[in-house]
Amino acid sequence: CRDCFRAFYIHKFRAVLGKNRLIFPGEKVLLAWSGGPSSSSMVWQVLEGLGRDSAKRLRFVPGVVYVDGSQVGLGHCGPSRLPPPLPCAARENPLPTPMMLPPGEQGHVLWFPLKSFVELLTGHWPRPILGSPVGVTPFYPHFSEGAACGQSWKDRARTLADVKLILQTVGFPWHTVALEEVFALPPSVLRCSAQEPVGTMGNYKVAVDSFLQQEHMLGAEGVGGSPNSTQGEEQLGQPCTQDPQHPAGPPPADQTEALSRLFDSVKTLTAKEELLQTLRTHLILHVARTHGYSKVMTGDSCTRLAIKLMTSLALGRGAFLAWDTGFSDERHGDVVVVRPMREHTLKEVAFYNRLFAVPSVFTPAIDTKAPEKASIHRLMEGFLLRLQAQFPSTVSTVYRTSEKLVKAPRDGCAAGPRCLLCMCLLDVDTADSATAFGAQTQDCSQMRPPTPPAEAPTVPCCSTEVGRVQNCFRGTKPCGREDSRARVIEQLCYSCRVNMKDVPSLDPLPPYILAEAQLRSQRVWLPPRASPEIQEYLVESSDD
Amino acid sequence: MAAPLSVEVEFGGGAELLFDGIKKHQVTLPGQEEPWDIRNLLVWIKKNLLKERPELFIQGDSVRPGILVLVNDADWELLGELDYQLQDQDSVLFISTLHGG
Repeated sequence: CRDCFRAFYIHKFRAVLGKNRLIFPGEKVLLAWSGGPSSSSMVWQVLEGLGRDSAKRLRFVPGVVYVDGSQVGLGHCGPSRLPPPLPCAARENPLPTPMMLPPGEQGHVLWFPLKSFVELLTGHWPRPILGSPVGVTPFYPHFSEGAACGQSWKDRARTLADVKLILQTVGFPWHTVALEEVFALPPSVLRCSAQEPVGTMGNYKVAVDSFLQQEHMLGAEGVGGSPNSTQGEEQLGQPCTQDPQHPAGPPPADQTEALSRLFDSVKTLTAKEELLQTLRTHLILHVARTHGYSKVMTGDSCTRLAIKLMTSLALGRGAFLAWDTGFSDERHGDVVVVRPMREHTLKEVAFYNRLFAVPSVFTPAIDTKAPEKASIHRLMEGFLLRLQAQFPSTVSTVYRTSEKLVKAPRDGCAAGPRCLLCMCLLDVDTADSATAFGAQTQDCSQMRPPTPPAEAPTVPCCSTEVGRVQNCFRGTKPCGREDSRARVIEQLCYSCRVNMKDVPSLDPLPPYILAEAQLRSQRVWLPPRASPEIQEYLVESSDD
Repeated sequence: MAAPLSVEVEFGGGAELLFDGIKKHQVTLPGQEEPWDIRNLLVWIKKNLLKERPELFIQGDSVRPGILVLVNDADWELLGELDYQLQDQDSVLFISTLHGG
């Protein structure tokens, strides 16, 4: 029954938001839209929710962000398959006609530089068509070196046009970022900002009541003043905002080169997917912070979260399951990630989108057409879905388990060092040499200039620090490659370390990661601990 | 002896990638001895429409788990799944729920 289904679906969405009472009225919320069905459904729900009559209206101020990762989002077309030849017309005139966007638009326009694929076919690098300054920009397809997929530049441009159209239809202020912009991120993205006081039940009720009172007063006076409610209306009317960070032009080709170099250097698909996810999170976080959004909503559905839970376990992220799959994720401090679609299964989402015509854009991802065993994510997905086909309560069982997870900090210490990449509290214990993890850290320390072999549990601590001292304080000797790598690896949690094993060299990583790693390793010396420093002097003097 | 059927087969959610990117196919199934049901339709699709990577669409007798099948906008589970007998001018929609998020 269509109507009942619709009522049920919408009710679930509102109930999840209402039950958790995390989103205060008038708050700025960023919707992370990937173009896929779940996030499109989420955006649509928000759109509908904001448009209703005042009693049940959603009361926050939304914006949409779209991260364009299609430069690396190319599927597996088989190693031996050659890309199909461009149609003849394209060969003579390799560039598509410029996309004509409405003149008033000022949204940041995405840009795809042309890659060596066309060079191979046409023998030359086509010159860009210069369009008018605002909004008219040519779109080029981008193909990474290794896996040129069957998608033609026409499809790519069409996808982009669809994205634009949907963003305009939705009407919220939107931001589009290209994945290359990770190379322009500041290291502050990786720092956990001071936490805002988490709203308690009492606070929430008070906030809602005062908001309603305000609205009521304004309604009575008939004045469209400055408070959040009317500001929300104005913002809804705005078509888009130009991101002040980027000029309205293409990301530099060297950034795209660097991006494809980074992803080509990663050896396994699992590590690629994890890296992509991390970079995307950082980008969205940056956009949220720059534009003052305090919450980010992602469209993770029930099925996806169940798969994510199992995958995280397989990847070694068991300690962070509550943050990765829970309703709210406060690891970044000032920006909270919220998952309102977590009670909807993919089947429901697909049905809803079909029955009620929710627009979504299909973009090939990094694991499109990947064979079953290509990555841990794919394996787990296949496993869970096959199990689900025979035992229909599988997904919901796994999902319910994730609901029961509690975010208790380890050993009661809430303020410990955080992982450089995923920003969770480090689950590492450097004195833990007996575990598999300890063995891994031993490996890292052995890559440095020889230090005494670690017998007692406390020795690795000192020897690693001594090693670091030897490198940092001996000004004449440059820090070796292994040392800088070890320095970064030290600051990662277990699963990020495992991922980094598949990244042979840390050089292609975006500079903000390396800079922050450098900063943190130097900062470690500050906490007052007498014994390592004394050790350091002893070793240095004995070496001298 | 079943008469030839005219059926609209549609793909969504990324499944169209396996079919040359074409979402809607208006197909005419030839007349044959047994009546057309979804099982036969799948075999026919595999033989005639599927361009690559059959294992991403079909698994054994049925579709891969994660692919929704709607017949005339109704879930095929309500209609008997593989045993549903196709009628003329039916619309069969395959949505892949696996892709995207």
